[in-house]
Amino acid sequence: MADDLPTEFDVVILGTGLPESIIAAACTRIGQRVLHIDARNYYGGNWASFTFSGLQTWIENCKQELNTELAAACKGQALDNEEIIPFNKRNQTIQNIEVFCYSSTEDGEAVEEAGALNINSALLTTVTSSDGQENSSIDISKNHTSTEQNDSPEGRSDLEEATNSDQRSADSTLETGTIVEVEPSLTQAIQQDSPKTITYSQIVKEGRRFNVDLVSKFLYSRGLLIELLIKSNVSRYTEFKNVTRILTYHNGKIEQVPCSRADVFASKQLSMVEKRILMKFLMHYIDYELHPEDYQDYENSTFLEFLKSKQLTPTLQHFVLYSIAMVPENAKTIEGLKAMQHFLRCLGRYGNTPFLFPMYGLGEIPQCFCRMCAVFGGVYCLHHSLECLVVDGDSKLCKAVIDHRGKRVDCKYVIVEDSYLPEQICANVSYKQISRAVLITDCSILNTESNQEISVLTFPPADKGQTAVYITELCSSTMTCMKNTYLVHLTCSSTKPTAKEDLEPVVQQLFTLSTENDIEANDRTKPKVLWALYFNMRDSSGVPRQSYAGLPPNVYVCSGPDHCFGNDHAVQQAENLFHELYPSEEFCPPAPNPEDIIYDGECAQQEPSESSIPVDSKAEASAENETVVESYEDSEAQKAE
Amino acid sequence: MHGRIKVKTTLEQQEAKRKEREKKLQLYVSATQAALHKRETGQLDKEALDLTAQILALNPDFASLWNLRREVFLQLQTDRSEEEMQSLCLGELTFLENCLRVSPKSYGTWYHRCWIMKIIPKPDWARELTLCNRFLEIDERNFHCWDYRRIVTQSSSVPLPEELEFTTSLIGKNFSNYSSWHYRSKLLPQIHPDPLRIGRVTEEALLNELELVQNAFFTDPNDQSAWFYHRWLLGRADHPVSIRCVMVSLDEPCVSVTFSHPVEVQEDLILFLNNRPIFVSWRTAGRKEKRSLFWVCDLPKECINDPCCQYNFQVLWKDGEAKKECILYPGRRESWFRDSATENEFFSLDLSEGKSNVLQQELKSCKDLQELEPDNKWCLLTIILLMRALDPLVYEKEALGYFETLKVVDPMRSGYYDDLRSKFQMENAILKMEYAESCLINLSKKGLTRLCHLEHLGQVTHMNLSANQLCALPSNLCMLRRLQVLEVDNNEVVRLEGLWNLPQLEELSLQFNKIQNVSDLQPLSSCPRLSVLHLHGNPLCEKADARTQLESLLPHVNTIHLSLI
Repeated sequence: MADDLPTEFDVVILGTGLPESIIAAACTRIGQRVLHIDARNYYGGNWASFTFSGLQTWIENCKQELNTELAAACKGQALDNEEIIPFNKRNQTIQNIEVFCYSSTEDGEAVEEAGALNINSALLTTVTSSDGQENSSIDISKNHTSTEQNDSPEGRSDLEEATNSDQRSADSTLETGTIVEVEPSLTQAIQQDSPKTITYSQIVKEGRRFNVDLVSKFLYSRGLLIELLIKSNVSRYTEFKNVTRILTYHNGKIEQVPCSRADVFASKQLSMVEKRILMKFLMHYIDYELHPEDYQDYENSTFLEFLKSKQLTPTLQHFVLYSIAMVPENAKTIEGLKAMQHFLRCLGRYGNTPFLFPMYGLGEIPQCFCRMCAVFGGVYCLHHSLECLVVDGDSKLCKAVIDHRGKRVDCKYVIVEDSYLPEQICANVSYKQISRAVLITDCSILNTESNQEISVLTFPPADKGQTAVYITELCSSTMTCMKNTYLVHLTCSSTKPTAKEDLEPVVQQLFTLSTENDIEANDRTKPKVLWALYFNMRDSSGVPRQSYAGLPPNVYVCSGPDHCFGNDHAVQQAENLFHELYPSEEFCPPAPNPEDIIYDGECAQQEPSESSIPVDSKAEASAENETVVESYEDSEAQKAE
Repeated sequence: MHGRIKVKTTLEQQEAKRKEREKKLQLYVSATQAALHKRETGQLDKEALDLTAQILALNPDFASLWNLRREVFLQLQTDRSEEEMQSLCLGELTFLENCLRVSPKSYGTWYHRCWIMKIIPKPDWARELTLCNRFLEIDERNFHCWDYRRIVTQSSSVPLPEELEFTTSLIGKNFSNYSSWHYRSKLLPQIHPDPLRIGRVTEEALLNELELVQNAFFTDPNDQSAWFYHRWLLGRADHPVSIRCVMVSLDEPCVSVTFSHPVEVQEDLILFLNNRPIFVSWRTAGRKEKRSLFWVCDLPKECINDPCCQYNFQVLWKDGEAKKECILYPGRRESWFRDSATENEFFSLDLSEGKSNVLQQELKSCKDLQELEPDNKWCLLTIILLMRALDPLVYEKEALGYFETLKVVDPMRSGYYDDLRSKFQMENAILKMEYAESCLINLSKKGLTRLCHLEHLGQVTHMNLSANQLCALPSNLCMLRRLQVLEVDNNEVVRLEGLWNLPQLEELSLQFNKIQNVSDLQPLSSCPRLSVLHLHGNPLCEKADARTQLESLLPHVNTIHLSLI
């Protein structure tokens, strides 16, 4: 099949993470011929999302040693005056993987994921589940929360749910501050499928309901990624849910942070005067640039000192520093003000919190850009590795790449995700690390009437020198976990050797880690962890290009995910690289409407029949690989289903 | 660059759009004509429904077509079974729902929905309620939907506490919602009625509401909806109409009656003399008003010709809805009986002790807020109102200080604040006069811009209005039947309509005002006892023949001063 690949492309992109995928889409939008390759058999690289079984496969693969020898096939492909730079084939970005299972595994051995076809998880992540969960989602291109309107009986139940959620939002604050948990015996009596009864075999069986993100990030509703999705019309490929609440860990308990006007109004934790001080502070400094006289004296102090000087009470300082600005304690005043401003400007665009989460997981986002790329003629090969770069001996420019079957593809530019770079090039690079934990739990960290909250929790650093832990808790209506479970992500910059050492103390404070089935009633104030995964991910986001030695000038590097909460770094990186390649071209202009496209056989640069051939047999089944313009409307329809 | 996808140019797009629009317009016009033709020829059939449906789906504000639909439904009602009507109406409700999704604020559509729900054989009000809630979720301030929702809740008798809970939840989402606050003000007096005061709520409920509304204005003090609701919470009970004062004078001779509210009087105000009704004709003191606080009648001379006799006067309004007595003792020329402003607390709130503690708390938190938000006009105004409600005289000086701040922070409304302050100043002066049991009232140097509460001044003989900013003397000044001396020096008076028909007025001082013409003094000719008039410092004094003209206009005035004495 690889023989069907054209022998020449404008841009070859290796890696399907977010920045690479954005660049791929941007290049095809200006008519460049793009070959987008990933050695893995799934989209997204370290940005991917997996079903439960897909995640197991990923864990195994990460532990495996791969053959690092250069394939013999490519040796004959280089000419005399050409040099070869081999690619790295071992994924060294993930380390210290540890898995713990706390749920009952009695009958778990023989169970298989329902409907699992094979280990090709890329397939599974795109399967739409059709259970009757709350489905109202946000279409960001409309700039407001859209509520589904249909005439069917489901429409009715939707209505009723909406009413319930009204009451819930009004009442939710009543319980803040105290963790309310129904007694287990009661729960069992009332609810048949009580959280307590979930076993490991159920998780495996319902594994397709999970979409576990390798990186846990949300989209700021006015962040670069949302703006890009809207501008480029890529937003039509995806749906979002609004994060419903911002939480913090304060004085030993979890509290809801009042961050919008409605929250402040309803908050029971704040006194009247605190309400006014907080609102006044936030409203005033949302345009902090207009009042330089108010913060100038504190430009060299920390943001925290600045907050103290503005008569904010300790509670308010905590809320603003950790949950609104989300900056570390040692952040300078300007840094804090900027972060706070960004948070505040994002409020109210789609809801009462500034964050959006993509349905089916963050791994959807790179795929959406790949889809746009494919619609405009990009060619995709998954599970297809490149062996080496071919560099011209005189100009030192990269002329071509050679794949694992020895096929040579000429190209003008190569964009490569940094994990593929060989050791010789990265010898001088020092990386940071991100500590990650993924938990499947049986109930929410802060129960309210609704069991469908999407929460962001900032856990302040325990000691000086440590960093805050960002925790996100996803409910089943985000289509990332099975019913009656929650998917909890913990993320921080690593300060200790392993992710487990960094994060387990926090996990222990918030959750019950026990394999015992019958826990004392008073222990049931915390959610129970059913399954846990720890790992470290390499953070290459801060690595400057100069640190890579001997890289041809027309080879560009994309970094993996950074430790930040938003996605601005990846988008900015993609835009900067695109402009280095094509300084005078527009970055991701809006895609035209299907009805405005003129189909003219002579003008079409690539014949549909030619480009519609899936290049890789394994990717054949994936809808993402249909690269024809004509399939555009069809794929739209598929998505709509 | 090579290889880009070809896209229609904007010109091509425009042309395509224009053609599409033209086609649409043609369809629209022909469908409209067909529908109207059907109406003219009386073909009220299902085809008419289909035709109008097409047009209304595009333009729901076409009232005639909604009417046509109603005519069709009335026609169908005559010959269709109940089941058929039910399914027709259900179809109509679905159609209406689709129309509302396109334009959720169309008057015609909501009205038609209401109409259909009235004729549908088996209405499903629960579904209507969910529909309303859904629409309010999308736009919590859609007042069309709020109106319809009230009809729905009435028809389906939703428990009121549930409704209150609903308004709470919407306010929780966004408290800038007049509709929701207003609905609360209608629900609370029904759920927690105060047994003593009509239209008010119990103290416990009031406390809860005050806390809720305080949350709102501490969160956003510039949002007026919460402040308006707060004002409603502090409002007085609605008192029924009463007669405040009855005054008898033998000099005219006449009887005057002052009401608590402006009323219209015809045959329903009856005067009894020693328990026998006597025929009199009532007139207002002014010349034109239909409704008035003040009514006066001439007494037939033959009724009161014996000065040594005691006369019992009684007035009865609307068969006893309001009444008052007044006794004229032997030898007296005049007499009055009236409600006291101090005893009845006309100018403060009628409060229990508990509630005035609540108000003290409110005042304290508003002052806290004002410290944080010194420029917030709503907060300043509320502080003043709270002080008035608690005790007008104790807080007099403090309140005047807040007025000054208020005029500085909100200069656009300084006129309004001046008028409000004038009102409070007069109320205070009236209270002080009554405490002093005096018939003199001194309102000089109060910065008055208007006069009010004159109905409380029936017994006043001397009034000093000097050194204020009055431009006119209002017509209800004639309620002051006993007024003998009136000083209005150093004002900006141009017109004198109010100085009309004051039976006792003897001396009038109008020095340093802006009276231009002799003819402006015309109303004074109706004051029979006027003998001294001070006009120094008015433009009219400059005129050469001023004195002659005045003497011919007011022959009964003995002394007219055109210059300083």
